[in-house]
Amino acid sequence: MRREGVPIIVVLPAAIGAAFFIVPLVGLIVRSPWGDALTALSAPETLEALKLSLIASLSATAVAVVLGVPLAWVYARVAFPGRALLRALTTLPMVLPPVVGGIALLLAFGRRGLLGAWLASTFGITFPFTTVGVVMAETFVAMPFLILTVEAGLRSMDRRYEEAARALGASRWRVFIRVTLPLIGPSLFAGAVLCWARALGEFGATITFAGNFPGVTQTMPLAVYLLLESNQEASFILSLVLLLVSLVVLVGLKDRWLGFGST
Amino acid sequence: MSLDASIRLTLGPLDLDMDLTVEEGEVVALLGPNGAGKTTLLRAIAGLVPFRSGHVRLDGKVLEDPATRQYVPTERRPIGFVFQDYLLFPHLTVQENVAFGLHARGVPRQVADERATRWLDRVGLKGYARARPAELSGGQRQRVALARALAPDPRLLLLDEPLAALDATTRAEVRRDLKRHLESFEGIRLVVTHDPLEAVALADRLVVMENGHLVQTGTAGDVTEHPRSQYVADLVGVNLLRGEAGDGSVKLTSGQVVAAAGAESGDVFVVVHPRAVSVHRTHPEGSPRNVWSGRASSIELMGNRVRVRIDAAIPLVAEVTPAALKELNIVEGGEVWLSFKATDVGVYPA
Repeated sequence: MRREGVPIIVVLPAAIGAAFFIVPLVGLIVRSPWGDALTALSAPETLEALKLSLIASLSATAVAVVLGVPLAWVYARVAFPGRALLRALTTLPMVLPPVVGGIALLLAFGRRGLLGAWLASTFGITFPFTTVGVVMAETFVAMPFLILTVEAGLRSMDRRYEEAARALGASRWRVFIRVTLPLIGPSLFAGAVLCWARALGEFGATITFAGNFPGVTQTMPLAVYLLLESNQEASFILSLVLLLVSLVVLVGLKDRWLGFGST
Repeated sequence: MSLDASIRLTLGPLDLDMDLTVEEGEVVALLGPNGAGKTTLLRAIAGLVPFRSGHVRLDGKVLEDPATRQYVPTERRPIGFVFQDYLLFPHLTVQENVAFGLHARGVPRQVADERATRWLDRVGLKGYARARPAELSGGQRQRVALARALAPDPRLLLLDEPLAALDATTRAEVRRDLKRHLESFEGIRLVVTHDPLEAVALADRLVVMENGHLVQTGTAGDVTEHPRSQYVADLVGVNLLRGEAGDGSVKLTSGQVVAAAGAESGDVFVVVHPRAVSVHRTHPEGSPRNVWSGRASSIELMGNRVRVRIDAAIPLVAEVTPAALKELNIVEGGEVWLSFKATDVGVYPA
């Protein structure tokens, strides 16, 4: 097959662009002290951070599914005034600097916050600087990924299947559980995985709202950042772990759900 | 025991205004061109499309009436609906599809599964219980859709173009099966179709719809003998004219007068079968009183006959043999004479 000539003016910036992504990754792999990997990974602080990260990010994903799927359903199926505005507001965390999100959470749920002051005085509940605070920060930043993916799935599914189920006598709840959810299953899965990956990497909102207490609020990204000061090798290894997780997620979602890699 | 639907609604370009009753034991086909509103009417009866005014009553019980704000939701109507592309749930097995309506209506699991199995047996899909819909042929899917709709014992069975998704080779066979199943179902049956052959094969009575309105209703024989619209006349393949009758002739809306033996008085339809129309190169001699000259605008071979469309003062289609066509040397655009006898004209009140 004859190759179409690709102009150098395109190839050069394209190559630089690609290298811009690849070189740092190669750097991470090459410069990581592989010999100390096991020691760094089995250090108690590391394990603690890893455990906290997994618990918090999975909890955030669970919360996002429970609250985000109904919200996506409302966006996709119910027409009401202000829907576009509401959708924009709940999508905002995707583009908002996470630190700003953290500050906003503090002003709402902090000890003196809008709701936080009342919660603290009435029930004695406080969120900042707790593990629950970590989950809140991660949910705030990650849930939009799930909402948007699930909403797109709901919009593109053939709604006549729902009508067929109703004509067979299924209640709305049964239609949702037995027909709608299975049919949007791939979108729900992709949305949950994207949401989880985003929660796992969360840094700015977490450190602002929940602080950086080992064992309570210090997640992997926070630990990586801190170790950079005290123990660079360990921080490299942990970065590598996070990179691997991201890579696995991306490969796992490839072509089946994200629509690339197949061509 | 009957379905009584009277539905008025506007949906996009469609302005639907239909009254329809279907008696117990009757199979009615809703026949009409695409966009006539057949499917919308069916969906309104099922409660899937809201309507402005009218009512849906089944066995005397009101299912929906906007005037009194009565509305029984789709899932609580005793209906079975076979959708055009069947809409079998792709994530469920064939057995689960058929049992879906039974589970949804609270039939205990074991009983539901047994009944689903019996239904699969009945439609000849015994070995396919664990198959997914995607593994089935079009005809098999159609049978699963029918079993799924019938399994919960509906009072009213609605079928939307049940054979349209099939290719021509399987259609005849599936149509025969469908007719058998429709006959064994004891409730009220309403089939939507745009295919006259299907309508005649499946139904006892035809209801012809155009542009959201009733055009005519009757048995297949009534409808084909007395078309009341151009659409039906085209389906049957006859020439349909309309005019004012007066003692042995009909004055058409175009001003031409047709001699018709049966014409008495009033607004009438006039039917002339293409076989009754003779074509000549010169003014014909003899008895025919209906003679016009015109041009052969198109010539089509249909089986062993040739249909010649003639643009005359009354545009008509004539049917001749290929031999006659050759002998008369008729070509497209050529000048011809057409004639038909007053006794070959059908006349009936509009």
